[in-house]
Amino acid sequence: MKLTRRHLLLLLPAAGTAWKFVLAGTPEAAPNYNRSEHWWGMLIDLTKCIGCGNCVRACQTENDVPDGYFRTWVERYHVSDYDIENPQVDSPDGSKHGFPPAKDPSGKNFFVPKLCNHCADSPCTQVCPVGATFISPDGVVLIDKTYCLGCRYCVQACPYGCRFINPKTNTAEKCTLCYHRITKGLTTACCENCPTGARQLADLKNPNDPIHEFLKTHPVQVLKPYMATHSKVFYNGLDGSVR
Amino acid sequence: MFGFNGRQLPAGWQMKKGRLLTAMNAFKDSEHLFRLLGVFAAGILLFLVLREFLVPRSFGEYGHYRGNALGEIAARPVNYAGHDTCEGCHTDVLDKKKDGKHAHVNCEACHGALAKHADDPAALTPPKLDTAVLCVRCHEANAAKPKSFPQIVSADHAGGLPCETCHQPHSPAITAGGAK
Repeated sequence: MKLTRRHLLLLLPAAGTAWKFVLAGTPEAAPNYNRSEHWWGMLIDLTKCIGCGNCVRACQTENDVPDGYFRTWVERYHVSDYDIENPQVDSPDGSKHGFPPAKDPSGKNFFVPKLCNHCADSPCTQVCPVGATFISPDGVVLIDKTYCLGCRYCVQACPYGCRFINPKTNTAEKCTLCYHRITKGLTTACCENCPTGARQLADLKNPNDPIHEFLKTHPVQVLKPYMATHSKVFYNGLDGSVR
Repeated sequence: MFGFNGRQLPAGWQMKKGRLLTAMNAFKDSEHLFRLLGVFAAGILLFLVLREFLVPRSFGEYGHYRGNALGEIAARPVNYAGHDTCEGCHTDVLDKKKDGKHAHVNCEACHGALAKHADDPAALTPPKLDTAVLCVRCHEANAAKPKSFPQIVSADHAGGLPCETCHQPHSPAITAGGAK
């Protein structure tokens, strides 16, 4: 068969597509971990939290979080008997060194650990102008450091105040739900180091995960449900005064 | 060369022929428009070629982001080995812990990040812990702690004695024969 110009023109798009695959290379291999089989979240049982700050220290060690910045932190709430509308909240150094004794032991006093809520409809990923932050196929909100411009849109967009700009790299940073650990079959650093089991990593796609039984049998709430972010960090025993 | 005349107009346009022809006369010397079109086409082509080189290959693999970022974030080294790793070797400690109150407190919660020790036990030996610091981190009384959690006021609990005089950290309940 003689190769005519017509044949060549017909072959060109096919060759172009093939070349694109050659350039793309082989995708990163993640042995024994299938992203489509997981949908990560976390369960925080406030009735167990003792405010020891182990999670905060573990997170800083595991993820090289700079001093004075936090991917997770613990707040202490004091709700006075006489002014339930205005709770007093403190978190000295993110509770890295625990808490001093409560100033006023009356009323309600309790701890609330906070971290990225890994929202299924996250406002922070929607505002990123360059596609540097995104929801992974397994439900974790992540940041591509090499792509982030440091424009701070996402820091402002997060209703939970979970993002900050790393002063060394000038890029946005936040909890990754220890993506480097959970993809290797480990739990997060904060869950691993919580002495009371107040924090538990949850895989919502795993039918055998104890989270399902817990959600069915406990009064569980998320932070700021009215923001409709579909947060995946579930709090047991969450007081109405928590912001 | 690109001028129009009445004969080439579609049938429906014939009614407005007069006015249309006047408008068409304005395009009589329309070569420059086609040159402009050429410039635009070249610009778009240049954009597409540059885009092909500048946009990372894995961008858009899973969504509007660089697909390889997932692998890069997952490749970060682990600092906390996890209690399953610890328990692989330290079965004696596991036996001590299993009936005590600290059965569910993971090793590294007190002993610190020891993935390096797990990789090569000789390279890093865990430091000796100071119970005076460690125990009160959790057990110092605080009104915000759950009432069911065992709490003490360290200043008047033991008269300055170190915690391990009475409590073994791995199984802290005081038994009849003193510390086990």
